[in-house]
Order: sequence, then C-alpha cells, then structure tokens
Amino acid sequence: MSNSSERILLSSEREGRISHFRFWVMVGVPLAAILFQVYVPLFFQFLGFLELPLLVVVYFALMRRNQVSGLLIGAVVGLAQDSLSKNPLGMFGIVNTLVGYFASSIGVRLDVDNTAMRLVLIFFFFVFHQFFYWVLARALLAQQLAFEPQKTLLLGVLNALVGVSLFYFLDKLREKA
Amino acid sequence: MESFLNRYRSITILLLVVFAQLVLLAVQVKNDQDVRMIRVWTVTAVTPAARLIEGFRGGGAGFLRRYVLLHDADAENRRLQAELDRIKVENIFLKNELSTADRAQALQVLQAHIPSKTLAATMFMAGAGSNSKVVFVDQGSLRGVERGMAVVTADGIVGKVMAAYPMASEVVLVTDPDFAAGVISQKNQARGTLKGQGTPLCKVDYVPADEKVELGEWFYTSGDDRIFPRGFPAGVVKSVRNGQPYKEIYLEPSGLQRGLEDVLILVEGVHMEIPSAPPTGQPVYIGPPAPPAAGAGGVAGVVQPPPATGAGTAADSLKSQYKAIGDAQNHTFGVGEPGSKPPDFTRLGQPPAPAKPGPAAKPPATGPQAPTGPKPVEEPDR
Repeated sequence: MSNSSERILLSSEREGRISHFRFWVMVGVPLAAILFQVYVPLFFQFLGFLELPLLVVVYFALMRRNQVSGLLIGAVVGLAQDSLSKNPLGMFGIVNTLVGYFASSIGVRLDVDNTAMRLVLIFFFFVFHQFFYWVLARALLAQQLAFEPQKTLLLGVLNALVGVSLFYFLDKLREKA
Repeated sequence: MESFLNRYRSITILLLVVFAQLVLLAVQVKNDQDVRMIRVWTVTAVTPAARLIEGFRGGGAGFLRRYVLLHDADAENRRLQAELDRIKVENIFLKNELSTADRAQALQVLQAHIPSKTLAATMFMAGAGSNSKVVFVDQGSLRGVERGMAVVTADGIVGKVMAAYPMASEVVLVTDPDFAAGVISQKNQARGTLKGQGTPLCKVDYVPADEKVELGEWFYTSGDDRIFPRGFPAGVVKSVRNGQPYKEIYLEPSGLQRGLEDVLILVEGVHMEIPSAPPTGQPVYIGPPAPPAAGAGGVAGVVQPPPATGAGTAADSLKSQYKAIGDAQNHTFGVGEPGSKPPDFTRLGQPPAPAKPGPAAKPPATGPQAPTGPKPVEEPDR
C-alpha cells in the first residue's frame, strides 16, 4: 500500500476514533450557521453563496463517524432551513439527511482529518446538495429551477475553501480524549 | 430478524427519516397547507437570536466608532490618521443615516397620505437558501398581521406576507417566482399579471398582443387580485416584445430600488386612483405663490407684502405687512411709550391712509362721490 493511500484510508485507531462535542457546540454551531445564512447576506450580499448549514452538517457527520447521528443532524438542520424558507418542509430536510448519512459513511472509511480530503469532500457534497435539491424541486414540486453547472462548480470550490478553514476552527471545539 | 435489523440499522433509519419527510412534503403539497408548528418553533427560536445580533451590531458599530477608532490618540500622527478614518467612517455612517432618514420620511409621508391602514415594519433577516427571495419583518400576528397582506414602500409594492408568526412575518418578494399581482399600465390601461422571475426583472403576463405598452411606461396595481389595492406603483417597463398570444413585458420593480429596511404592511387596503403622472423618487420643489395679476391687486394700492426674496415664511409675509402699515402711518415700532397711540391695524389690507388726514377728508354724506382713489380690494387668501 502506498504512502498516499495510507493517508486516505484508516491507518490507525486514533484516526478512526469518534469525535465528541459538547452539547452547546452541537446546538450552537448549527444555529449560528443558520443565523449566518439568514442574517449576514443582508449586509454583505457577496457572502450569500456560503452554505454554512451544509458545511456544518458535513463536518459533524464526518467527525462523528456515526451514520444515525449524521443523518439526524442533517434532518434537523435541513428542516430548520426549510422553516425559514418559503418551500414546503422537507426539501432541505431530505437533501441534508442524505448528505449527513453519506458523509458519516465516508467518515468511517477515510481519514477526514486530512485537509486535501476535506477539500474534496466538501466540494463533492456541495455539488451533490445543489444537484439533488434541484432534482427534488423539479420532481416533487414541479418548480422550474435553473441548474447552472459552471456556477455550481465554482461555488463548490469557494465553499470548499471556506469549509476547510471552518473545519479547522471547529476542530478546536472537539472534546479532548 | 434481530441480527438483520442490527446489521441494517442505519439504512433503515435513513429510509424511515427520508420517508417521513416525503410524507410531510406530500401532505403539504396535496392539501396546500403548511405544517405551521415546526415553522413557528424555528422562527420563534431564531428571531430572538437574530434581534440580539442586530442589537449587538448597532451597539458594536457605535462602540467601534466612539472608542476603538480613538484608542491610539496619544501619537499625534496616528491620532490625525485615526481622526481621518473616523471622519470617513462617520461620513459613510451619516450617509447611511441620511438614506435611512429619507426612507423613513418617505414612509411617513406615504403612511399619512394613503387611505389604507398600515403598519410600519423593519426587515431583520432574509430567508434561508442562497437563492432566497423571501425576507422576515419584525411585525407579526400579535400586531394584526395576517397571511396575504400586501407589503409596500414609498416607491412601490415590495411583496406580500406569506406567513405571519407571533413576532415576525415572512414576506415573499415581488421578484420571487411564486409572486403574482394584478397590474395595469398607467398610460394605455393595459391589464396584466405581474410575476416574479427569480431575477431583478419581473414579467407582466397575459397582456394581449394588440394592447399598446411603451418602454418606460409605469404599471400600477389594478386591485384585481384582492391583495394589493389599486393604485400602488409596481414598476417601470424595461423591455417589450410582441408575442402570441401575449406580449412579453419585463418590468423593473420600483419597490426594491432603495433597499428594504423599512416597509409598510397594508393591514386594511383601500383602493386609490391611478395617478396621471409617473411617480418620481426625487423630492418635489414647491415654489412660492405667484404674485397677483397686474389688474387685480397691483393697481389697487393695497398694502402688499414685498416680493418674496428667497425662502420667506408666512410669518415673514405678515411682518412685512405690519411694517408697511407702520411706515404708512409714520409709526416706528418699538419706540412708542406705553399707552401711546398704536398704529391703526384695521387698515391691514386697505389702501394707505393720507399721512395727515384733515377734517375735509370726511366723506360727504350725500351727492355724487368723487373718485378718491382706487377702491380697496380684499387681501387674497393665502
């Protein structure tokens, strides 16, 4: 097995250990992310591209490495987003549930402390989130939303860059073993 | 069976959660009803935090301006630099304040002049999602806001209340694809339906191809939708194309042009007339009243106020008339002893009396009257 693959796959018990967070972190961080999304773009419109709730779901799902808690975090954050949007409840909920489940599934198998890996994963989940939301909106609500691949990919890169920094900050909030 | 469930526990829970949300979606779409409870919980949880942040932002900006920027006031050079920075920041702040004051004043004027019963509200957060076209305002059902109420600014329509929560309301903006309102063009009276497109421009649909609509023409609410009362500006035409069977008209909504910080919710809408002139965002200059025509007051020798020089008030005008009375009767104001004879103010608006009236000046009781001068005319109403 090559050195690079050792970085990607789990190579030690330390990397596979589940991260634990305090209760206030589990509640406060998603709430802050949702508040950021609904409040900050009022003053800085250029920050409207940031999907902080999604990034937070991906982070907790990856680091908790537990599929059930990952999907539940995704469902709660998604429903909260739905509640603050004009869409029927469940649109963001379903998408974020799936993101939480898949992210935690990947977190079990890969070294998610690796920065490059995080960059790729955030990019992937952002594009998945946007695409799957578009599919749901068309299929379930018959909404004719536009899906712009180039724009989505660009926003994916930007969110990935911000997400890596955010993850670094959130790592500081992990409970020490 | 138990081992099977344990083995597929995660995927089972995933399917259950997704299925539950699909059912939730289906119920809402089929019944066209919202699951209000969850939204109320979320909005009620988020609103106090958002308001708190807004309070901190306002207070923090003030603190930063008053203290932090003056922190290094010891060194002269730095102090001057900081002072310059502070003045620049203050300049931006004052511009914003001025803009806010303009908007607030415009709203007050609108509130006083439209017959509809309104409720002033402030936007404090936007809807979730990067393409969101909804906002939240700080007035809710506790203040009488209900779903479907129209939201306007002095510049035009903004949107309508989509959901009213106890302390806040969700407003869908005029640019949202789900927004629609009945409109009518000002000049050619073409009726149509204003629809949001998710872009800065809105579309006016269902205007027959044979109707005439011009570029730059204004559209107003028609009142047909029973939400927006007739007569509110909707926007100005930016593009018109002929199509079949309807024209393709794109409109720039006027209500969103100067920001959405302060809005009015129409609690009880009253229809108005469509104005004959397009609205303008600029303050209107109202000049002084025109001087009387030469054949009216000018020949009558009436004590007239001096011509207005600049911005004279009604008090200035009255003062001038009193001064003219005093001059005509050789009276200087402020020099007479207490108890001395005051000027005859009953002559205000009368022809000036002779300086030294003698007994012969009494008018004859009978006989033809000699022309004694121009007849007094009444002071025109002011």
